[in-house]
Amino acid sequence: MRYNKIALYGLLCVAAVLILAPVFIMVSTSLKSMDEIRNGSIFTLPVDPGFGAWGKAWFGDCAKTLGEKCGGLSSSFLTSVKIVIPALFLSVGLGAVTGYTLAVWKMKGANIMFAALLVGMFIPPQVTLYPLIIMVRELGIFGSIPGLVLVHVIWGVAFTTMMFRNFFKTVPQDLLKAARIDGAGFWPLFWYVMLPLSLPILGVAMILQFTYIWNDFLLGLTFGGRSGQPMTVALNNLVGSQFGEKEYNVNMAATMLTALPTLAVYLLSGRLFVRGIAAGAVKG
Amino acid sequence: MAEPAQGALKPSHDGRRRWRPQWTAKMALIPAMTITIVCFYGFIIWTFVISLTRSRLLPVYKFTGFDQYIRLFANERWWTAMQNLAIHGCLFIGGCVVFGYLLAILIDRGIKAEGMFRTIFMLPLSMSFIVTGVIWQWVMNPGLGLQDAVRELGWTTFEFNWIVRQDRSIYTLAIAGVWQQVGLCMALFLAGLRNIDPNIWKASRVDGIPVWRVYFHIVTPMMRTVFFTVFILMSAIVMKAFDLVVALTGGGPGFSSDLPARFVVDHILNRQELGLGAAGAFVLLCTVIAVISPYIHFELRKERGGRGH
Amino acid sequence: MNGVELRGVTKAYSGLTVMENINLEIEDGAFLVLLGPSGCGKSTLLNMIAGLEPVTDGSIHIAGRDVTALEPDERDIAMVFQSYALYPTMSVRRNIGFGLKMRGMPKADIDNRVGEIGELLQISPLLDRKPSQLSGGQQQRVAIGRALVREPSVFLFDEPLSNLDAKLRADMRVELKRLHERLGRTIVYVTHDQIEAMTLATRVVVLDKGHIQQADTPENVYRRPANRFVASFVGAPTMNFMDGKLVQYGDGIAFDGGMGQLPMAGLPAKARDLIGQSITLGARPEHLMFDDTGVNARVLLAEPTGPDQYVRLTVAGTEVTARTGPEQQFKSGGDARIMVDGARVSLFDPQSGRAML
Repeated sequence: MRYNKIALYGLLCVAAVLILAPVFIMVSTSLKSMDEIRNGSIFTLPVDPGFGAWGKAWFGDCAKTLGEKCGGLSSSFLTSVKIVIPALFLSVGLGAVTGYTLAVWKMKGANIMFAALLVGMFIPPQVTLYPLIIMVRELGIFGSIPGLVLVHVIWGVAFTTMMFRNFFKTVPQDLLKAARIDGAGFWPLFWYVMLPLSLPILGVAMILQFTYIWNDFLLGLTFGGRSGQPMTVALNNLVGSQFGEKEYNVNMAATMLTALPTLAVYLLSGRLFVRGIAAGAVKG
Repeated sequence: MAEPAQGALKPSHDGRRRWRPQWTAKMALIPAMTITIVCFYGFIIWTFVISLTRSRLLPVYKFTGFDQYIRLFANERWWTAMQNLAIHGCLFIGGCVVFGYLLAILIDRGIKAEGMFRTIFMLPLSMSFIVTGVIWQWVMNPGLGLQDAVRELGWTTFEFNWIVRQDRSIYTLAIAGVWQQVGLCMALFLAGLRNIDPNIWKASRVDGIPVWRVYFHIVTPMMRTVFFTVFILMSAIVMKAFDLVVALTGGGPGFSSDLPARFVVDHILNRQELGLGAAGAFVLLCTVIAVISPYIHFELRKERGGRGH
Repeated sequence: MNGVELRGVTKAYSGLTVMENINLEIEDGAFLVLLGPSGCGKSTLLNMIAGLEPVTDGSIHIAGRDVTALEPDERDIAMVFQSYALYPTMSVRRNIGFGLKMRGMPKADIDNRVGEIGELLQISPLLDRKPSQLSGGQQQRVAIGRALVREPSVFLFDEPLSNLDAKLRADMRVELKRLHERLGRTIVYVTHDQIEAMTLATRVVVLDKGHIQQADTPENVYRRPANRFVASFVGAPTMNFMDGKLVQYGDGIAFDGGMGQLPMAGLPAKARDLIGQSITLGARPEHLMFDDTGVNARVLLAEPTGPDQYVRLTVAGTEVTARTGPEQQFKSGGDARIMVDGARVSLFDPQSGRAML
């Protein structure tokens, strides 16, 4: 019995170490100097930890780039924030209203529409990429933040609708009847009764949408152009486009900076993230 | 939109007809419906139409029948990508299912610090594929990464340079992919295990059945639908896989680790082969549909069964 | 006049008619109980009165006004649900006041009205709590308060006591009855519990399979059931049925069901017309009496309940239950002789099940 317990915790610790090792390598590399990286091993702790690489990753290294921009992540961080906030609220808001309507207001074709949305979540974005480019270009918002917000809402609404619809389906019928008798119409029922009920699911949807939008790469790459580059795209460019010797410490610092917001949300939200990921796992 | 309805909410004792909430409900569906019909299904058809033309940089609607598909299937890079999809798919899904299930079972054994382990295993999930790719690119760097570190520990003949080898680079994708997604599988399996009637465990203890046998012969068969769900979700992730290849190997060396999703984006955005890219996209879509249709069928049947009550 | 009237109400779901041509007039101030087994359509009927489900055909009138096409909140009704259906995220105060707020009543007036209701139902100290912090009985009071505050013409109750335990249910029953007497408003009350129906109603409507089986006072529904369904649904233990026919017995009438002739003193004179016909005799357990002049029966089992005991017997192969005082002793397998109180029994047509007297 005791040996079993030891083996159990042993296996769990091995798995935890394997999962954490790359994260550890990322952090420790970002704190090392290039000399130490060249001479040492990826497993060692930094001898003389410093945030020099972080500074370079954030503000850019003007000696290494041509032109007026220094190539740091700071401007793309701002871009990402400007994309995430409106896209987050719009996609979650639209999903909440659509999910509520599909679940509560019995309408012909509601189930067909829900099925169509459900299937839509599995469509690889590559399949509709080009028509979407044309649409966004025709609207005159290609290569801008509003354009990216729009495509994020389009790609997020299926997922948020599914979460809210499945939640609102569990609300007892009697409660809806009581609200109708009290005279609550479409919006009052949503605003005063359903939305307050859905606060936990609202939190889950917010956290997951934040993670998905922040972590997106393909849409940012396609629709961002030069001025609307989100952080993931900037990171990929930074890692792929250095002249001369690659500065791995800067790369890792930039990676760390890109991962930090979602990592922070994950660690702070704890159980909500776990719950959401299981409930909303359908999103790829 | 419903403001007129607000004003008319007082009981209309005169029997006057007022704005009915059902109409507001219909209007509230318009944005999502537009997105679904136009941006999902309309655009799929549009892409299909483009795939039937000789479009290169811009869409030209001169139809050439299935020429682009013939070109696609004659394209060596496409076949490499499809073959890679098969290899990567098997390794990635297999790895996620096996390791995810094992981790879920370990956590389900009633351990202390369950929350801590769960948090650790799901940590990579919060990071993007780009971040994952960049980290692993560094870890697998043949010069200064894992290979170098192990050699410095004394095993001087150790070799781990897959990321720069034509015949091995595709396997590095699965390593990074499993690392990132194993937590999701674990969470789903764990939820499934927690749903199992605790009386099953009591009964098997009374009968003196060893724990591993219970898992193998009783619990695992009961988890059929969870396995099914995990398989479908992971397949969906595999087929969309784009970011990870871009960040980890850039499809290389050469096109040795290319995947269809990257092939499509590359041809549409960079290579001015719109028609060919569209054809690739459509084939990709057909593959996705083939894999997920049993799942959609299953979900809808569940739905219909639920409504019977 | 604040009554309710249903004219030719019909309900069909995708072509399947579940309720046809229901006509019912509920006078102002009545306490009408819709009684029936689950699936009989009583809740559907209530939902149609409330406007929560559309009628397929016919019309509904509340307080003299045709409300068939109106939304629930325009019908001047209030409803109390089995699950209470309190808004979980609102305090008791906001729960009660929500309907007024939706009607655009000024906040100060709402507070006054909610305060009054709190006094009336003795829930004033609970007004700032959330429903999840209340016991089942308290939630029930809040649900009633939410209905009262609106001062509607008609109150609708959908099995409001089913989720309470037996003791609380009895208390609430008394309270509801008092409330009705005090307010004098029309109440339509759905239940499958016949005790609730008998104790609360001024009028009972027994429903089965989408049809009104009987609409009458509780006493008449019990004493003079219109058909076999009503007879067997109302009353516990259920009424005994014996097939046989009426025969001449000296000056009077007897029932012959193969067990010998069972004299039925007190049967109305009209019953003479039925002599010779096949009938089904319906006798409640308290209509059977142990009497040495009666017919032979065999005791199967005696079940003492405290105040009295129920004796299960076979009479000519038919199993019946009789009610008697607790002092008499019965032995399983023993013999007994029973009589029937002819003045109180019912006679049914064996084919149609309709009452024949």
